[in-house]
Amino acid sequence: MNSLLNWLSQIGSIAKFGLMSIPQRRGSVTATVIGIAGVVLVFVGVLSIAAGFRRAMANSGSADAAIVLRSGSDSEMVSGFGRNETRLIADAPGIARNKDGPLASAELFVIINLPKRSTGTDANVPLRGVEGAALQVRDNLKITSGRMFEWGKNEVIVGAGAAREFAGLEIGGMVKVGRESWPVVGVFAANGGVAESEIWTDAKVLQAAYNRGDSFQSVYARLNSAGAFQEFKDALTSNPQLSVKVLRQSEHYAEQSTAMTTLITTLGFLIAVLMAIGAVFGALNTMYSAVAARTREIATLRALGFGSGAVVLALMLESLLLALAGGAIGAALAYVAFNNFHAATMNWQSFSQVAFSFAVTPRLVMQGIIWATLIGFIGGLLPAIRAARLPIATALREL
Amino acid sequence: MKFFHLVWGNLTRHKLRTSLTLLSILVAFVLFGFLCAIKQALVGGVALAGADRLIVRHKVSIIQMLPETYQVRMERIPGVAAAAHQTWFGGIYQDPKNFFMQNPVVPEQFMAMFPEFILPPEQMKAWLATRTGAIVGRNTAERFHWKVGDKVPIMSPIWMRKTWEFDIVGIFDGAKKGTDTTSMFFRYDYFDEVRKAQNWGQGLVGWYTIRVKDPTQAADVARRVDEEFANSQAETKTEPEGAFAQGFANQVGNIAFIVAGILGAVFFTILLVTGSTMSQAVRERIGELGVLKAIGFTNGQVLSLVLAESCLLTVLGGVLGLALAWVLTARGDPTGGMLPMFFFPVHDVLIGLGISVALGLITGLLPAQQAMRLRVAEALRRM
Repeated sequence: MNSLLNWLSQIGSIAKFGLMSIPQRRGSVTATVIGIAGVVLVFVGVLSIAAGFRRAMANSGSADAAIVLRSGSDSEMVSGFGRNETRLIADAPGIARNKDGPLASAELFVIINLPKRSTGTDANVPLRGVEGAALQVRDNLKITSGRMFEWGKNEVIVGAGAAREFAGLEIGGMVKVGRESWPVVGVFAANGGVAESEIWTDAKVLQAAYNRGDSFQSVYARLNSAGAFQEFKDALTSNPQLSVKVLRQSEHYAEQSTAMTTLITTLGFLIAVLMAIGAVFGALNTMYSAVAARTREIATLRALGFGSGAVVLALMLESLLLALAGGAIGAALAYVAFNNFHAATMNWQSFSQVAFSFAVTPRLVMQGIIWATLIGFIGGLLPAIRAARLPIATALREL
Repeated sequence: MKFFHLVWGNLTRHKLRTSLTLLSILVAFVLFGFLCAIKQALVGGVALAGADRLIVRHKVSIIQMLPETYQVRMERIPGVAAAAHQTWFGGIYQDPKNFFMQNPVVPEQFMAMFPEFILPPEQMKAWLATRTGAIVGRNTAERFHWKVGDKVPIMSPIWMRKTWEFDIVGIFDGAKKGTDTTSMFFRYDYFDEVRKAQNWGQGLVGWYTIRVKDPTQAADVARRVDEEFANSQAETKTEPEGAFAQGFANQVGNIAFIVAGILGAVFFTILLVTGSTMSQAVRERIGELGVLKAIGFTNGQVLSLVLAESCLLTVLGGVLGLALAWVLTARGDPTGGMLPMFFFPVHDVLIGLGISVALGLITGLLPAQQAMRLRVAEALRRM
């Protein structure tokens, strides 16, 4: 027990020596700390894009909400139903009902060109035609300003994300569809989900404007309970009059977001790994010069009876502290600069824009700090071993 | 050049420190190359766009179709040399993950419009003779190991929701590095014939490419095209191919800005690392520098000695890093199909070299000035 305490106090005093000498090595220490901060900043920053995109997609459906597409379709864009099919789907068992009938909304999904506010160039903005139950089949969807469009009228409401990202989408603005202009009468929020990137109007109005007859592309439905999904799915897939693909909305959005999140995550990790390798070299440099500058002190301490294990640990501790400081600075900067940073990108599956916010999640911050710790660990290990191995006599002779 | 061995000697005095600094510079330039390749993959189409080509699409959105009959009307507009159309087929080969573009085109029109696609003449002849024939780019042909003569089944969820079968009659190459050879093109007459049989979507095409006679008149021609179809069922939006590609890239995000941001952070860090190495090197050598000055080295010579050392360090790291980046990116797309035009362009390599020299000058400047301003007597006292 006593020897352990003694050992710890050895580590403590060597580490204290090291930390006190930092002001003399200001330049290289600053370079290392900022270098590691840079790694963590870029790492957390890039991955916060993927996290934000995934969050927007994940916030878009609870377990008792389903979507029905034509079988073989991987997005609403290429799906299609006639009126008789959507009616069969709405009457399937498992769908919740209220006084107006089943909670199912047959919808039409097209895109229109609107300029992005950030670049001024055209973007594919989703325009959705919905039916009466549309607000009930989605989670947390509510009008935040203005009012709902009137059924049968050429009016639209816009999602909060769309209003933010695309020009002309404020209440009182006009959306040009062909030769007609439709006024924006309301803005809605959907808890940050995908619907917030969309413009909504009455499905009948949109069918007419796009010469779509009485056709739809998808049916969104609210089920009696999360457990009713299987019953609903089985009923539809076994119906010989239908050829459909039935998914929970959450599954559908997860499927839609994989391509984008895989791309960003792959590239983000590659960049982070490269930067981390660079930072390891920087940290090694700093710690080697720290050891070189203190060769005599370390040798003296060891001549006085300090153990080499204590020397190694103390130097590692110093390196880890520097790395943690860098990691904390980087993560804090990333949080300030990127959390809730608004952006919009292309969702390849539906060929349309998704507005989302970068998300610096606690998990990302933890990952960033772990990276920093790893860099500090590797950067400290080799120099510390060298310091501990140096023959005492040789080192003292350098006096 | 006379002092090269002196500079080299100074650099190699602290082998460990020099190599660690060199390695961090190297990594920074590998990252530079990698990011340039990503940027190239996402916005490279802008630079490759033909200056004399315009894209005509439906005004409301590109998913809306235009009548095939617009072709003749476009070709009559003054300033238009030729027009060719394409249509989004959106087919799936085996699995949606195997994404590549397939478009029906009119072969002769199309190949004349896009000289960057190079197809051997006998394969062109075969294409004209085979109604179900398709040509495919080198990249995709290699990806799926397709050869001329193969039959390829492609399921289209948009068109007829059936599996179409095409005969590969040719494999085309790109005229330039960076030309996208991931697409497949097949015959429009075959496509429209099937549509006609089903009475669905016949006579409609996705978008047109126009070649203008005089690129300086492109804006006027674009305006005339849009006026021609104003107030019709399908109004158009015409813009230069480059602007179209830029707009498309902007839809993904402001990539140039993100890349510049990351590189800024990287090079700022490298600046600090190299700068601290150089100032350490000079501080250790104050005595020697004093000796150099005492034996007659001028201030300018001392300054350039230190600058040469820092530049040698950064350029060495830069060249090695860029070379490594070149080798690594030469293996192509790291994401498996999502970034077909992933490569490290030569002009970015040159920019990288420029940056490495600039890095050396900036990091060497302060220490070099210190060295230059040394007073001989003081410096010698520190020996």
